[in-house]
Amino acid sequence: MQIVWTSTLHSYMPIFVSFLHPLQQSQFLFYCCLISLSSLHAGKALNRPILRFQSSSWVRTVSRTGKSRGPEEPRIGVFICHCGSNIADIVDVKEVVDFASKFPNVVFAVDERYVCSEPGQALIRENIRKHKLNRVIVASCSPRMHETTFRKALEAEGLNPFLLEITNLREQCSWVHMHEPRKATQKAKVLVASAIAKATLLEPLTPMKFSVTPAALVIGGGIAGIQASLDLANIGFKVHLVEKTPSIGGHMAQLDKTFPTLDCSACILTPKMVDVSRHPNITLWSYSEVESISGFIGNFKATIVEKARYINKSLCTGCGTCASKCPVKTIPNEFDLGLGTRSVAYIPFPQAVPLIYTIDKENCLYFTKGVCRVCEKTCPFKAVDFNQQDKKVEIEVGTIVIATGYDLFDANRKPEYGYKQYKNVLTNLEFERLISAAGPTGGQLVRPSDGRAPKKIAFVQCIGSRDILTNPYCSRVCCMASVKQAHQAKEKYPDAKVFVFYIDLRTFGKGYEEFLWRVQEEGVNLVRGKVAEIYRKPKDENLTVLFEDTLLGQTREMDFDMVILAAGLEPRVDAQQIQKALKLSMSPDSFFLEAHPKLRPVETHIAGVYLCGCAQGPKDIPDVVAQASAAASQASIPLIQGEVVSEPTIAYVDKELCCSCKICESVCVYDAIEADETDEEKRAKVNEALCVGCGSCAAACPARAITMYGFTKEQISKQLAALLTEPT
Amino acid sequence: MNKLKFAFYWGASCGGCEIAVLDINEKILEVITLADIVFWPVAMDVKYKEVEAMADNSIDVCFFNGAVRTDEQEHMAKLLRKKAKTLVAFGSCACDGCVIGLGNLWDKETIFERAYIETPSTKNPNAVYPKTSITTKEGKLTLPRFYDTVKTLGQTVDVDYFLSGCPPPVPLILQAVEAISKNELPPKGSILMPSKSVCDECPREKKDKKLDKLKRIYELQDDQESCFWDQGVICMGPATRAGCEAQCPKVNMPCTGCDGPSPGVVDQGAAIISALASIATNDEVINQAVDPIGTFYKYSLANSILRRRVIKK
Ligand SMILES: Cc1cc2nc3c(=O)[nH]c(=O)nc-3n(C[C@H](O)[C@H](O)[C@H](O)COP(=O)(O)OP(=O)(O)OC[C@H]3O[C@@H](n4cnc5c(N)ncnc54)[C@H](O)[C@@H]3O)c2cc1C
Ligand code: SF4
Ligand code: SF4
Ligand code: SF4
Ligand code: SF4
Ligand code: SF4
Repeated sequence: MQIVWTSTLHSYMPIFVSFLHPLQQSQFLFYCCLISLSSLHAGKALNRPILRFQSSSWVRTVSRTGKSRGPEEPRIGVFICHCGSNIADIVDVKEVVDFASKFPNVVFAVDERYVCSEPGQALIRENIRKHKLNRVIVASCSPRMHETTFRKALEAEGLNPFLLEITNLREQCSWVHMHEPRKATQKAKVLVASAIAKATLLEPLTPMKFSVTPAALVIGGGIAGIQASLDLANIGFKVHLVEKTPSIGGHMAQLDKTFPTLDCSACILTPKMVDVSRHPNITLWSYSEVESISGFIGNFKATIVEKARYINKSLCTGCGTCASKCPVKTIPNEFDLGLGTRSVAYIPFPQAVPLIYTIDKENCLYFTKGVCRVCEKTCPFKAVDFNQQDKKVEIEVGTIVIATGYDLFDANRKPEYGYKQYKNVLTNLEFERLISAAGPTGGQLVRPSDGRAPKKIAFVQCIGSRDILTNPYCSRVCCMASVKQAHQAKEKYPDAKVFVFYIDLRTFGKGYEEFLWRVQEEGVNLVRGKVAEIYRKPKDENLTVLFEDTLLGQTREMDFDMVILAAGLEPRVDAQQIQKALKLSMSPDSFFLEAHPKLRPVETHIAGVYLCGCAQGPKDIPDVVAQASAAASQASIPLIQGEVVSEPTIAYVDKELCCSCKICESVCVYDAIEADETDEEKRAKVNEALCVGCGSCAAACPARAITMYGFTKEQISKQLAALLTEPT
Repeated sequence: MNKLKFAFYWGASCGGCEIAVLDINEKILEVITLADIVFWPVAMDVKYKEVEAMADNSIDVCFFNGAVRTDEQEHMAKLLRKKAKTLVAFGSCACDGCVIGLGNLWDKETIFERAYIETPSTKNPNAVYPKTSITTKEGKLTLPRFYDTVKTLGQTVDVDYFLSGCPPPVPLILQAVEAISKNELPPKGSILMPSKSVCDECPREKKDKKLDKLKRIYELQDDQESCFWDQGVICMGPATRAGCEAQCPKVNMPCTGCDGPSPGVVDQGAAIISALASIATNDEVINQAVDPIGTFYKYSLANSILRRRVIKK
């Protein structure tokens, strides 16, 4: 039958058109008219070259090595572990072996008491050889335990270690189904079947290697940063130590004596500070901040901003003429917490390192009023330079240590204790400055209200700590700090009455409990009770402490002429800046989070970035120093190795499929995937060194352009299909 | 040269695909020089019997639009598969089920109930439903049987090529015809569309995406420049195959996904849902997605992993 198109169309058109919705009718007629006209867009369209067609399969195998899945037929060996009795007591392992043996590509299946043991590994190796296995399945515990062990066994036989698949018959089967052995066995079979399904599609993967810049950046120059820098420098690496304030030393420099041995803080700290300034491997960036950090382990780039001191650091000898000649000498000294004063041209404390004066621009007469310039005129070394500008420096380092320390809890946030309202209520850190011979009173412990020696002193514990309204955690150092200070008060004024009000006294360190005994014997009174409120007696600025004595079960009041608040330790207010720059995680208390609380205490989840000191959580100096040395040691490992190897199980973008939507970029917390600016279409590109293989991007990508090596869509679909199949 | 033989058929569809064929305008003349149209119910009176009488494989190319929802459509799909050398699933309904496929949220019983009883414009006090056959004094009348589930053409018979769109874009139809005429068709199973996403053809600028609130299109003051996602509006573009030249985003409407899943995507709805969930900054965003099936699966429900809703009786 042959029908001439036009005539048919014309004869049927009225009927056809009548079927249509009015809107479609007009559209239809409109287009019919267009047929006879020469149309614009259709004509153009036909002249276009043929677009590329989509080939039949939607799945593409991608391989890190460039070769696809490999031509060889999978020859799978299955090793089912008893885990002593952990698995075998619940799961019928023999039945699972039988089940596994029946799969087409499984050439060998066996059970073994401990596959992870030496004989177990030998069993794997022997059977790789004997049966020419090219895929290995171990059905055992979580891959977190022994993945490396088994990968090494494959490697030893010349097999690519990523041709291993582990399925978890312990944590995810026998342990959770302890009371249902039948069901556990069925589940074990399903898990093994799914591992077999995936194993048939496993591909060899090759880790990437990156070179390492043999230098480290240490942020924060407290005792933690000082110790970490010295250790790294002594191992032989270049260290950039960045300190925000004009001098290194941190809080330890503010302390008078240190518990429990009562050594003078400055005496043990300043030699280390001097070592830092003299060490040939250490570049000290004081009065500086890290503005930005990019890159990844082995290859970080940091921009440091060195703030203008208005004094030339290479000319200043620290003679102090500027400070003594400066007419403005009444600026509250930050180092003394405002209890003392300083000049506009200043060093924070006499042993400051570096010993370079700084002009405080905000209070300087020249900067504020355009007059004075006395320092400039009097400096014997012509070091004053009012034209100095902030300076930006780019450095390259392989690893980074965060040692930014803590802030003291602001006692104003507990108004019931009267801090800053009542003159004779001080914090523990202010006490340190008062009792210090180098402090504002020359070591005289006196009442700020009248300069008299106190006769009755109260120490109030847990200010801001162990308090659901402020910080729920224990600050760990304040009990011992108060016990130490109580001792110091007693030492100064043996007749003074000294009370410590505590919830619990936490004196857990080496020699700490002994120190507490000693202080109690010296006559310090310990009262177990929480202080509810402090009132002032307007007449003499004396203070009434209202507390609950929990041992007596009574609410009581007691009068004092001085109260010291044991303010806790808090994360630094500006910690978030570093956190954002490095994409670090914070624990719920807002201190920096370690990679694992027990097994990786100084690492972060960002490779190449380490933590130490109070930046990670409150701790005392012995712990800080130990942790700093640990962080230095960890940070030196990649530097010593000279190259870093990255896991190959990372994300890969198929540029053909990527539609440049940037959704992946928005979800990757590691900044590991970004629009490739060198690509005209701005397709996404993975930074292989930064990617940790978390898979967030692959889940988010709406074009499904991202493949996770080791977890391809094809592999996962096959696994899922197997998981959903009832075992026989 | 022997003229080719073409057939066009419509299953469960709206008729838009037929219009799309006419939309090729004067090029239709070229089609006619190239091929004879042996069957086209919408425009020609050729009876099913005549098709049944044709020799197997005697039709060169059959363009089948519409989904399969009745036994008549299934019969025709199978018949045309036999008679045609090359079977092309034409349009979103044939490829993915399209809006017709949303019927899979219900079944025959619930649909009939709604259509013949509940709709406000219906008055049917005796609850009369369509029957597959009825004998009147004039004789026996029959109607096709209505299935519970809508199927795509590919779920019914073996399909050689797919050309999606609601309706398929004219340039792609022309391109397919040209490929047929030059015998340059790609391997069987191919989708006769570009291997890209709608976003690739969309001129809107894409930025870093974080969504704290979803907007519906009527709430949007479209800046006409930035990607809809960046303005808080769901756009199916990234998970939708290119070919339409992003005609909707170009006229300030987000893509609703009619060209079917983009090359890497198996389940168009799931792809967008997981993207949305990944960039949403709070749980509320998810709740703000009104009519999830109609938004994410408007065209692809019948061909998705979900396929249909289970109606519990
Ligand atoms: C009242 C009181 C008494 C104490 N007494 C004792 C004691 O007797 N014995 C004891 O063992 N412990 C004591 N401690 C605890 C002790 O202070 C800490 O353990 C120790 O100082 C912590 O050192 P750190 O280096 O971690 O932090 P910090 O001392 O806080 O040092 C951090 C340094 O990093 C710098 N910094 C911060 N952010 C940046 C940045 N973004 N860029 C550059 N630099 C930055 C800071 O300026 C600072 O110099 C006491 C604490 C208090 C509050
Ligand atoms: S160390 Fe003592 S004072 Fe400090 S928070 Fe812990 S319990 Fe309270
Ligand atoms: S896998 Fe994770 S780390 Fe890697 S690029 Fe994707 S989101 Fe980023
Ligand atoms: S999410 Fe997918 S499509 Fe979008 S930019 Fe990233 S890789 Fe490309
Ligand atoms: S508006 Fe839609 S089609 Fe255009 S780029 Fe954005 S997501 Fe893609
Ligand atoms: S933009 Fe989307 S909805 Fe619009 S025609 Fe293209 S594919 Fe269809």
